[in-house]
Amino acid sequence: MEKAIKRYFPIFALPTMAAFLIGFILPFALGIYLSFCEFTTVTDAKFVGMKNYARILGDDTFLHSLWFTALFTVVTVVVINLLAFTIAMLLTKGIRGTNVFRTVFFMPNLIGGIVLGYIWQLILNGILAYFGRTLTYSGTYGFWGLVILLSWQQVGYMMIIYIAGIQNVPGDLIEAAKIDGATPAQILKKVTIPMVMPSITICTFLTLTNSFKLFDQNLALTAGEPSNSSEMLALNIYNTFYGRVGWEGVGQAKAVIFFILVAAIALGQNWLTRRKEVQQ
Amino acid sequence: MKKRQLLALGLAASMVVGMVAGCGSSTDTAADDTASTEAADAGDAADTSSGASGTGKVYYLNFKPEQAEDWQELAAAYTAETGVEVTVETAASGTYESTLKSEMAKSDAPTLFQVNGPVGLANWKDYCLDLADTDVYGYLSSDDFALKEGDTVYGIAYVIETYGIIYNKALLADYCALDNAVIASADEIKSFDTLKAVADDIQARKDELGVEGAFTSAGMDSSSDWRFKTHLANMPIYYEYKEDGISSTDAIKGTYLDNYKQIWDLYLTDSTCDPAMISAKTGTDASTEFAMGEAVFYQNGTWAYSDITGYEVADEDLGMLPIYIGVDGEENQGLCTGSENYWCVNSKASEENIQATLDFLAWVVSSETGIEGLSTNMGFVTPFTTFDSVETTNPLLAAANEYLTNGTTSVTWNFTTMPSEEWKNGVGSALLEYAQGTGEWDGVVTAFVDGWATEYQAANQ
Repeated sequence: MEKAIKRYFPIFALPTMAAFLIGFILPFALGIYLSFCEFTTVTDAKFVGMKNYARILGDDTFLHSLWFTALFTVVTVVVINLLAFTIAMLLTKGIRGTNVFRTVFFMPNLIGGIVLGYIWQLILNGILAYFGRTLTYSGTYGFWGLVILLSWQQVGYMMIIYIAGIQNVPGDLIEAAKIDGATPAQILKKVTIPMVMPSITICTFLTLTNSFKLFDQNLALTAGEPSNSSEMLALNIYNTFYGRVGWEGVGQAKAVIFFILVAAIALGQNWLTRRKEVQQ
Repeated sequence: MKKRQLLALGLAASMVVGMVAGCGSSTDTAADDTASTEAADAGDAADTSSGASGTGKVYYLNFKPEQAEDWQELAAAYTAETGVEVTVETAASGTYESTLKSEMAKSDAPTLFQVNGPVGLANWKDYCLDLADTDVYGYLSSDDFALKEGDTVYGIAYVIETYGIIYNKALLADYCALDNAVIASADEIKSFDTLKAVADDIQARKDELGVEGAFTSAGMDSSSDWRFKTHLANMPIYYEYKEDGISSTDAIKGTYLDNYKQIWDLYLTDSTCDPAMISAKTGTDASTEFAMGEAVFYQNGTWAYSDITGYEVADEDLGMLPIYIGVDGEENQGLCTGSENYWCVNSKASEENIQATLDFLAWVVSSETGIEGLSTNMGFVTPFTTFDSVETTNPLLAAANEYLTNGTTSVTWNFTTMPSEEWKNGVGSALLEYAQGTGEWDGVVTAFVDGWATEYQAANQ
């Protein structure tokens, strides 16, 4: 059997490898190369060295959107995971209608980002109209609008992951803790949370990267208004690419930096939370 | 053991087949979109009869989604007539540049595409064939409608459009009939002061007239903000260029920005909605307000006819006024007429394809089918001599034509020289912040003047 697997390894792996090469490795390498070029179409690029990266330094909108995105990510990671975990705890208590609630909470995740953005724009503007304002009154409005939107969309998904994790906590562990006289708070802190640590790893990873890479919702909800003050990194890259003649390469250079940031943050987070995981 | 190996082999094989089939079918459907099947049928006939068109193909990347189907029909008609394959693809609204960028990178790149003016041309100049010796250029009625640098013709405008302040004749007549009306007839509006007096009075007596406001909402949603950050911003640029005798600049002075402020203030105060709410207002909101008779004035162009016809406002009640901004001698100012749709032929296409494309263009602007397609079906006014006898059914075009012959001077479209999209966005944001009270007018001035210089620098370094 071992031998057979070795012999037929290429047949199984090659299609996937080919797809991975065509769909990811090649475009990625081309993308990095293009960040050192000036180009109008990707097949017709002229090498210019570090010029594009130097141009980013003179662009303060990039730095602003970087801070905006970082702050947004911190807030949404905390809010989404707290809410999702709380709801998951409630929905594993065996109350009536649990399945209905789970479905309801999960539903928003099935709606696409652009549509969600416009729906929430209508809702939030409708509410703000009572105060004579709109979402674009200042960047702060856009920020919290986005937090609400993303939480609404992602809480249900994270909740499902947490529910699976919580249901996997062995009942005898909790029973033993109860017999030893642990309070519910102690059970949560000393038993449940350490046991669902793998779920926490996954959920923080997903929320972290999703928040950092957010694009559709940002575009549909505020499009960066007013004056780019609610513009996140992905939208900033997009606007750089298409906003000026001859700035395609700069957008590409920003995208490379963006990739490095997301990869570094995601790997760092993964390493941090992995350390806290316990073996059953 | 044997069975398992067979099973594994079968699974792997089915995966490969699935992949290959997947790729194959996608190319099939792509081909179905085009008129290729018809082309193949008609091809034999054409080869025997004329044979002049050779083996070239035409691929047009169309800018205007409204006319996507009409172009498909026209392409099919051309294929049926000559056997030359014509593919028309249309980019979704607002994505033309991105679609063009990716399409141009393909081996079957568009042979015919569009740029929006000198700034758009800067990006695509390397791809533009010199059209000076072509038939289609020969049909052009004036060089004003060609995108030229020196003697090289890079682009040819194929549609001329006009914008101004569209107004509801019936409502304005109702207003004139009121006691103490500022004017007795719409003809008296010849300057900003009169326009403002009328709009202010309508706004004050809106209940009496049964309207929501004088002007439609000045929406700053992306579906509407171009009316102000691009089209309205053309007015101060036009007058500055005119005064300085130039046609483009690397640094705008902002001589007429006070006038820009005047008209923007007017749009904001005499409106159907609170200025703080405009960022939520869309293009559809404005056109609906006008079409339902809730507002008297609506800044937009001849292309807006299809959005406002068929509701409360009758076609014969549609009129157009120039956008007066309070400049001396503006009683002679006409509507804003120009083009931001220029045909360019891809110089990097193969020789047969270039020839086929040029033949197609000549056919479109000179054959009966082509003229009917462009004028009747698509509703375009074109700058070609071959269209002289064409009558229009669009009352806004009729109003525009009237201004062309009544002795006024048309305002040219100088917004095609705006340095970048970023500049427009900056001005738009500043206009919005000024409107909702979170910014001063100085912000607009900065975005307009300083923004122009920095964006020009950024785009031309």
